[in-house]
Order: sequence, then structure tokens, then C-alpha cells
Amino acid sequence: MPETTTKPAAAPAEGRFEPRIVAFFCNWCTYLAADLAGTTRLKYAPNVRVVRVMCSGRIDPQFVLEAFAQGADGVLIGGCHPGDCHYESGNYKTLRRYPILKRMLAELGIEEERFRLEWISASEAEPLRVVVNDMVEKIRALGPLDLRVPAERIAHEVEEVAVP
Amino acid sequence: MPTPEHGDGNAVRIGVYVCHCGSNIAATIDVHAVAEHASKLAGVVVAREYKYMCSDPGQELIKNDIKEHRLDRIVVASCSPHLHEKTFRGAVWAGGVNPFQFQMVNIREHASWVHTDKAAATEKADALVRAAVARVRHHRPLETRRVPVKDTVLVVGGGIAGIHAALMLADAGKHVWLVEREPTIGGHMAMFDKTFPTLDCAACILTPKMTQVKSHKNITLWAYSEVQEVGGYVGNFTVKVRRKPRYIVEEACIGCQECIDACIYKQGRWDDEFNLGMSKRRPIYLPFPQAVPQIVTIDPEACIEFKSHHCKKTCVEACADRNAIDFTQQEKIEQIEVGTILLATGFKVFDAKRVPQYGYGKYPNVYTALEIERLLNASGPTSGEVTLRDGKVPRTVGIIHCVGSRDEHTNKHCSRVCCMYSLKLAHLLQERTGAEVYNFYIDMRTPGKAFEEFYNRVADEGTHMIRGKVAEVLPSPEGDGRVVLRAEDTLVGRMRDIPVDMVVLATGLEPRADAEDVRRMFNITCASGGWFTERHPKLAPVSTFTDGVWIAGACQGPKDIPDTVAQAGAAAGEALSLINAGHIELEPNTAYIVEEDCSGCKTCVAMCPYSAIGFDEAKNVARVNEVLCKGCGTCVSVCPSGSARQNLFEDEEIYDEIGGVLAYA
Repeated sequence: MPETTTKPAAAPAEGRFEPRIVAFFCNWCTYLAADLAGTTRLKYAPNVRVVRVMCSGRIDPQFVLEAFAQGADGVLIGGCHPGDCHYESGNYKTLRRYPILKRMLAELGIEEERFRLEWISASEAEPLRVVVNDMVEKIRALGPLDLRVPAERIAHEVEEVAVP
Repeated sequence: MPTPEHGDGNAVRIGVYVCHCGSNIAATIDVHAVAEHASKLAGVVVAREYKYMCSDPGQELIKNDIKEHRLDRIVVASCSPHLHEKTFRGAVWAGGVNPFQFQMVNIREHASWVHTDKAAATEKADALVRAAVARVRHHRPLETRRVPVKDTVLVVGGGIAGIHAALMLADAGKHVWLVEREPTIGGHMAMFDKTFPTLDCAACILTPKMTQVKSHKNITLWAYSEVQEVGGYVGNFTVKVRRKPRYIVEEACIGCQECIDACIYKQGRWDDEFNLGMSKRRPIYLPFPQAVPQIVTIDPEACIEFKSHHCKKTCVEACADRNAIDFTQQEKIEQIEVGTILLATGFKVFDAKRVPQYGYGKYPNVYTALEIERLLNASGPTSGEVTLRDGKVPRTVGIIHCVGSRDEHTNKHCSRVCCMYSLKLAHLLQERTGAEVYNFYIDMRTPGKAFEEFYNRVADEGTHMIRGKVAEVLPSPEGDGRVVLRAEDTLVGRMRDIPVDMVVLATGLEPRADAEDVRRMFNITCASGGWFTERHPKLAPVSTFTDGVWIAGACQGPKDIPDTVAQAGAAAGEALSLINAGHIELEPNTAYIVEEDCSGCKTCVAMCPYSAIGFDEAKNVARVNEVLCKGCGTCVSVCPSGSARQNLFEDEEIYDEIGGVLAYA
């Protein structure tokens, strides 16, 4: 895993805050839902960047941490509905990791609206549109993610407990 | 910015191609700017835009650049990889570079088609291209895996689609198992009287094909059976089929039906499923005279021997030394190995009771269209006499179109066949009874070969066409058992009350009630309504997202017999194409273990849904069986030491992709 502490410095300053959301979509359900949204010409907010994986089970929690560390304002995971996994049970593994990761992110001061797991099937273009728009609006209301504050706090706490 | 390098220390040389897709992309994304942006990224030697990258000249562009600029990595920003990844991998391969040193960027489905703000869409395209460029430098040469394909086929569903496909495959010399849930094959088509628009008799064209199925040396027909479990993968499926007990030894029964005549019940007492309950059958029965296989079935719910064990068993006496009746028969699970699977599980007729204002089940003379098919049929409950439930011949008939179709409250879809079968029934009812027939329609949909001509013919015969949706079916004020159809005649612009003797509800087509279960069993996808989803609506209409599984007929969506047969032929042809190739090339996106880094914790072993990870006790390392691995990557994400890795989805590839989408330009 590369260094995770650097945050790109030069964010565009002018205009309304546009959240940047990294979306990890599984190849068989949510990626196809996004394809379907395209072929049916649904319109949604342009703030999401999709990273395709074969199965949501491939999504290492470190990918999520890396995305936040690299400046993402939100991370969305999209997989097949329970029982529908193209690989039988990959999405159940994702489902199990999600609450743990969510708690960890809360510890880092990352609001829960910034990290979301959604089951969206290949035919659910409309739910995809709704989820993306909703997430963008919620994060827009929160403002940009500033990870430095908790990082400083954590450093401070570590110092306090450190054995001299 | 440092130039990225290969593992051997040499600089990577990336070519980036941004597609206009006519105006599909170019209208919403500044493709020139995207190419310009790409040209400045580390490792990019050449970046171009082109009108249609998938066209021959577009592909030539890649091939020429590979030679001219010694490219070893290619990025194409165009449509979804589900559409053209294969195309471009082919071009990269033809140019002399390993096809997996390629990355596709989806700026059409995921950007230009879903956004309206050109600046924002362009910025997004830039980010996605950046990510692909960052990722592709890690790509290594990979080889596809070849998996052999068994030349046996499972066809699920014995309606006209399954029958046609099974015969085609069997004629080509492939062994087919045809599994049908009901005691006989034939499906809905066997229940129809005539077919539109030619009015040829359904049984006359169907039953010869049914008997061919039974006699074909390459077909194993398992009627009264259901698929229980499907394992394996394309080319090598293992399928368990539950063979329900008929209480008849199939090999011994000759279909003489003497047992039926001998049954102690001299009259039928149980609803005859084939005649939709309009006639009664006995506990031992044959669904209809031309049933295939010609084997009787005992209904244990009805047969007295199953209840009291004290029946005289006159059926057994009648069967005599054929000994075909076996009250102790048990359900049997058979396992078969097939290379490909074809699903033709058909549809369900809309339940007319869900539209209570039409009074189905309340007024005895309100029928569904399928019931009328049976009434018209010579082997139906009235031997082809069209009579009302009180035995009278109807003098006026109202046919209500779009019952359970094009309706916000039930199904939004058009069932495609109802207008035409309603016209057919109008013709047949008029012909048989001389009745006045009224067709109440929303729109008359007759788009098919000789369909509009048929509409004109029926209109010329004097059938009344009333454009308007029936609001309600009311009891006749005269109390004579007739009903009144109340509708707005939208062409005349006024309400009309039309009293009729008989109402026919043109019920629509719906997905099977258990379509969800079937879909899950075969690991395919359904559209929201429950119709099975094809891989591509235009270019792969009978393929699914699961390799080796095809769909045909009304399980994919409402369609008529000609379209069903065409799809069945197409699906059989696709299966044959794969079988004849003898093997299938699979994505090389399998997992592997870097043994030096493996700590032997076995976390990955338990994660694999396919038991594809074994453990080498001697070396204390996990090992992936490439043939069993399907490439989900779940094991990779749980490996604490990072020794489990996945081809095409390596950690560093994904990390750089994340960094790429987030880096500010």
C-alpha cells in the first residue's frame, strides 16, 4: 500500500463545493446499473468516479481508507443484492466488513454520510441515480472532508500515552 | 513528473485514444481537451481523439501507433467495457501487444449520457482517463484460460421454445436433457386452439414436434421434473434434477389409459389443470390426449389409495402384467453433467382477479382468454362447443383488451400478444357462435407480418372495435345473468353501456412466480419485473451475463410464437457455436498466491466460494487452483500479508486508479 498521508494540496478554490466521490462498483450488478442509466439517458450528478472491481468482495477496506486519504469526500460501494452475487457470496463478505469499517471511519472523524454501501442490481438504474444524487447532496451539505483535524488529534493522543 | 517504468527499468509507452462516438460522447464531453489532458500524463507517448474508435480505421489507428511509437500500453476512452473491451483487446493484440496491457475508460454510459454540464462531464472524463493511465502501467502480459466445453446441453422448460431448441441441438448430434415441470411438454401453446394471424391449429403444428422430442435418440426427456441445483461453470455444469414421482413406472407405461377407465372414480372430481378447472379429471390422468410423454400420472392428493390404503386398486388390475403402477415410488434426484444451459421457462398468465372491477370470479360469464381457447378447442371441456356456464350459446361477446397490461395498477408493460389473440378470438367466436363481438381496446397494436391485414379482415367481418378502456363490468339491470360493459368510447366521445352475454378478458403475460428462484439458481439477472435479462438488448438478445447460459422465449419478455421460436433457434445456435469450438476462453483475472509472502494463515481458504484455494501443508502456503477460480478477488481483499493477488485487479493497479481519479489536474 502506498503512503496514505498525503492529501493533494491544490483543490480548486472558486465556485460551489463539488464533492468528489469514489465509487467501487462490482462488474455484474452496480456497474451494469450505471451502464443502464447511461443507455436510458438518466441524468445524475457528475461527482462520482467509478472504479470497477469484479466483485464487491474484492474491495479491501484499505481501498476505502486510501480514497479518503487521497482526498475523496465520500466513498460509495455498490454490489449485488444479498443472494444475487455473481460469485455466490462475495457481497456477504463486504456486508460483514462494512460496519467495522464504518466504526473505524467514525473514529477518524469521517461522518457516516460519507461512506455508503448500497445493493444495486443490474436493472436498477433509477435507484442508482437516486443514491448518487442523495449522497452528493448530503456531502455537499457537510462540506469538504478535512482529515487533518483528527489526524492531529490522534497524533496528540499518541504523544500523551507514549512512554517517555 | 517521473516517467513510470516497467519492472525491467524501461519506461512504459502508453497510447491514449478518446472516442467521439459520433456525437454520443463529443456533444457532452470536450474530447479534444480530454486527449490534450491525457497527452501530458506520465508515460503517455501519444494521445488522440477519433470519431469512432471501434470502427476499422479507429482500430487501425491503434495498430499503427503501436508500431510507429513502440507503444506497449493502450487506453481507450469510449463506451462501456461490457460493449467493446473485446474489440479493443483484439486491436491491441493485432498490433502486437498483449491484449491485457489495455485499459478501457467508460466515458459514454458513465459520463456523456448521464450528465448535461459539459465542463463537469469533461472534468470527470479527464479523471477517469488519468486513473486508467495510472493503472495501465502496472499491467503485465496475461494469457486467457481455455476451458473445455462438454457437448451436452440442459434445456429447462418444455414449451415451444424448449422443444424447438432441444430438437435443433439434438439434430446437430448433441445430447440434450429436456426438463419440464408439468407431466407433459407443450407449454401454453398446447392449450391454444388456433394461432394468429394464420389461424393454423396450434396442436397440428405443435404435436408433431412434441412426438419428435420423445422419439429423438439424442434427447432425454424428463417431464414432471424440476432442476434443483446448479453447480460448476461454463462448459462444465453439474445439475441436479428432482424427478417427481408419478407413481407410474415410465418404462412400463404404454399410454393405453385403461387404468383411467378402470379407476373406481367413474367421474372426474378434481380440477383438470389443462382445462383450467373447467372440467374435472380423475386421480389417475393424462393431461390431454396428445400429451408427451404418453404416460399417466397419479395425483396422490386425490387417489384414495394414498389416503386409506384400502382402495380396490382396479387401476393395477387393468394394467395387469405391464405392472406400471407403483404406489411406493419415491422422488429421485438425478445428477447430470452439461456444457451449456438453455432456459425457456415461459410466462404466467395474469390473474384476472387482480382487476376486481371486471368481475372475474364474481360473474360466471366473465372468462379469461385462455379459458376461451380451451372452450374453442375440440379436446377442451365442451369438445369445442362455445357455451356459457349455463349451457346457452352467447349471442353477444365483449372482449376487454389490456387486462394486466399497460396499467399503472398492475403491469406497465404491453404484453404484445393480446391485441392479436383478441382479434383471433373475435373471429373464432363469431365463426362458431354467430355472436356480435365487441373489442374494447386502448390502442390496436398489430405490428407483425400479416398482422394489420388480419385486423382489417376481422373488422370487415363485422367485429365492433370500440376505442376505450372498460371502466367496469356491471350486472345487467334486467337480472337476466347478462353483464353490462361500461366504457368511454373515445372516438365518439361519450360513455357507452353495452350489455353482453359473455366477457373475455385479454389477460396479459407476467414473469413466472418463481422467476426469482430460477434466476438465482442459474445465476442470471432479471429486469425489475422479473423477466430474465439478456446480455445486450440488441446484440446479445439470448445471452446472459453468465457464460454458457442462454434464454429463449417468454421468460425473457412477452412474445408471440414466431418470435419465441426464432429466439429458441438463436439460443440453440449460440450454444452450438460454443460446443463446436470445444472450449471457451476465460478472462485471466484469477487470483494467485505469492508464496514467499504467504504466512499460511488460511484466511483466504475459507473465503473462497468455490473451494478453489488449497493448502500446501509441506510448504505451509495457500495455493489457488486456476481452473476453479472464477476471479472474484474476495480472497485478495482478506489476505493479511498481501500475498494473495489478482490478475487485472492488482492492489497497485487499484490504488493508482484511486489516486488517478482523485488527483487534481
